[in-house]
Amino acid sequence: MKTPFLPLALLTGIALPCMASGAMPEYALVIRNHAYQPATLQVPANTKFKLLVRNEDATPSEFESNDFNREQIVLPGTTTTVYVGPLDKGRYSFFDDFHRATGNGVLVAQ
Amino acid sequence: MLGIALLVFREVLEAALIVSIVAAATRGVPRRGRYIGGGIALGAAGATLVAACAGVIEQAVGGAGQELFNAGVLLAAVLMIGWHVVWMSSHGRELAREMQSVGHAVKAGSSSLAMLLAVVALAVLREGSEVVLFLYGMAAGGAGTGDLVAGVPLGVLGGAAVGYALYFGLLRIPLRHFFSATNGMLVLLAAGLASTATRFLTQADWLPALGAQLWNSSAVLSNGSVLGQALHILVGYDAHPSGIQLVFYLSTVLLLVTGMRLAPRFAAQRPHPPPDAASRQAS
Repeated sequence: MKTPFLPLALLTGIALPCMASGAMPEYALVIRNHAYQPATLQVPANTKFKLLVRNEDATPSEFESNDFNREQIVLPGTTTTVYVGPLDKGRYSFFDDFHRATGNGVLVAQ
Repeated sequence: MLGIALLVFREVLEAALIVSIVAAATRGVPRRGRYIGGGIALGAAGATLVAACAGVIEQAVGGAGQELFNAGVLLAAVLMIGWHVVWMSSHGRELAREMQSVGHAVKAGSSSLAMLLAVVALAVLREGSEVVLFLYGMAAGGAGTGDLVAGVPLGVLGGAAVGYALYFGLLRIPLRHFFSATNGMLVLLAAGLASTATRFLTQADWLPALGAQLWNSSAVLSNGSVLGQALHILVGYDAHPSGIQLVFYLSTVLLLVTGMRLAPRFAAQRPHPPPDAASRQAS
């Protein structure tokens, strides 16, 4: 009963990205000294966009947001890509789960 | 120290809730303690390996490796939970009918014990690898040994305590309803894991969101709160799910419930259980 479902779902998962278009706005965040730069990032509302998060520290970080449901480990010296949105207008906070005291920022969608 | 304890607590909590449900679902099964313990140990070893290979995983599949790995682990757990509940609903009832004894029905569950062991291992692996990376960073970043020595056990014990509380709470359910209840919880657990898997696939742009945010109930119960996080694991709660999450959540519930309804009928048409099921029972 359940077995045909997952292969089907996985197939859909493989097929769909191939159909996705290429032109998508990109925004960059840098983690330095366990803090996000910029701490406030303007992004377009109602548009899907690509967030490039670069970790310049020597220790791992975790880019995470409860407001826009994202969670991604960013290893030292690497850049990771996270797709976000489309978001409604508003403020969406994010944080570094491994450095809660210093790693805080907000996306402003407008 | 508190920061370390808190992060460890949150990760352990998620794994502990899953382990508790599995422990309850295998109540009365012989040697299940060894299976669950083995699952935890296997998961912990796997977590260290995953953390060590995090760079390789991250770079895989055009940089989407981390998301695909997470989604893969979650979907594998969904599949195994699904197999277990469908299997239990046919053979459990069949044996209970024949033997007029709940004890035997429970024993029947041991054949899919290996599946649930894998679920435990996968849960520990996923949450554990995050803890390992976090602690590695803390140690490399110059956190005091004292903070680590105090914070880690505090977090582990706290998370495990909640898991134990859930387990003993579940044991209070009357035996008559017990396995319906644990099966129901397994279905909701699986649906929630499927929903989380799609979140990772959307994050990697492998699945469309179908509405990035269907509703927002974070004012009532935020994803970041401990209760929100616990309900996220137990029933798949999300304060602002995407459309595709809901699609996967509901599809999983529908498929598993249908499977559980139909399986006993197919089993009833057969005079004997299939040979592979019989050999699994014997082992």
